[in-house]
Amino acid sequence: MAERPEDLNLPNAVITRIIKEALPDGVNVSKEARRAISQAASVFVLYATSCANNFAMKAKRKTLNAGDVLAAMEEMEFERFLEPLREALEVYKKGQKGKKEVSEQKRKDKEKKTDSENDKSREEEEEEEERMEEEPEAEEEEEVEN
Amino acid sequence: MKMSQSNPDKDDHTSSNKKTISLPISRVRLIMKSSPDVSSINQDALFLTTKATELFVQHLALASFNNGSGKETNTLSYSDLANTAEETETFHFLTDILPKKIFARDYLKSLEQMQEEDTDF
Repeated sequence: MAERPEDLNLPNAVITRIIKEALPDGVNVSKEARRAISQAASVFVLYATSCANNFAMKAKRKTLNAGDVLAAMEEMEFERFLEPLREALEVYKKGQKGKKEVSEQKRKDKEKKTDSENDKSREEEEEEEERMEEEPEAEEEEEVEN
Repeated sequence: MKMSQSNPDKDDHTSSNKKTISLPISRVRLIMKSSPDVSSINQDALFLTTKATELFVQHLALASFNNGSGKETNTLSYSDLANTAEETETFHFLTDILPKKIFARDYLKSLEQMQEEDTDF
């Protein structure tokens, strides 16, 4: 859950960059306009979430999925987003797959490493325990002094 | 850019992935989760919502600039956005957070105009 209200804002710097990229070069965007667009974007997220959630609920699913979000875009009459969204998802999925393979490889490497370093880490743990035992005594001494 | 320079052929996937979205997914998830009846969101849905929000920001900014009066001054102003929210069907859900600033005399004038249009039919 969001703990502060500003947690529900999107980062201004990123929003500003997206606006600038969308507009012709050299167009100024007033501060008021930037803030308004940022708020509009948050409202858009909530509206899209609510629409997508309706589709999930109709299908008796608890988890929102890609189809729900795409259906929500249609419902909100943002059909123009469908094509770019599908393309981006495709690229994203490929990227995720690549990442998975990389992290899988890293995990395997790590396992090999930890196997060989196992004895070493056990020694370190023991040292840690000894230190822990010493600390309370030190505190008591301090209290006596005070 | 830096990544593709350091290893040109290896990390093609990850670098193109980075380019697809610039808004933070974690923040978008937080906003989505603030909606009380949402229990869980899968990764693809989260990605799509983030991407859609970027497209929305672009679309709103460009539509408002093109509809607006700022072309001569080269400025996108609040009133351009408020006008777009009011005049464009798909942006209607924004009218609550983009209230139009309007002089009373202009409002009365537009009210008169609307009545005239009504009598035309």
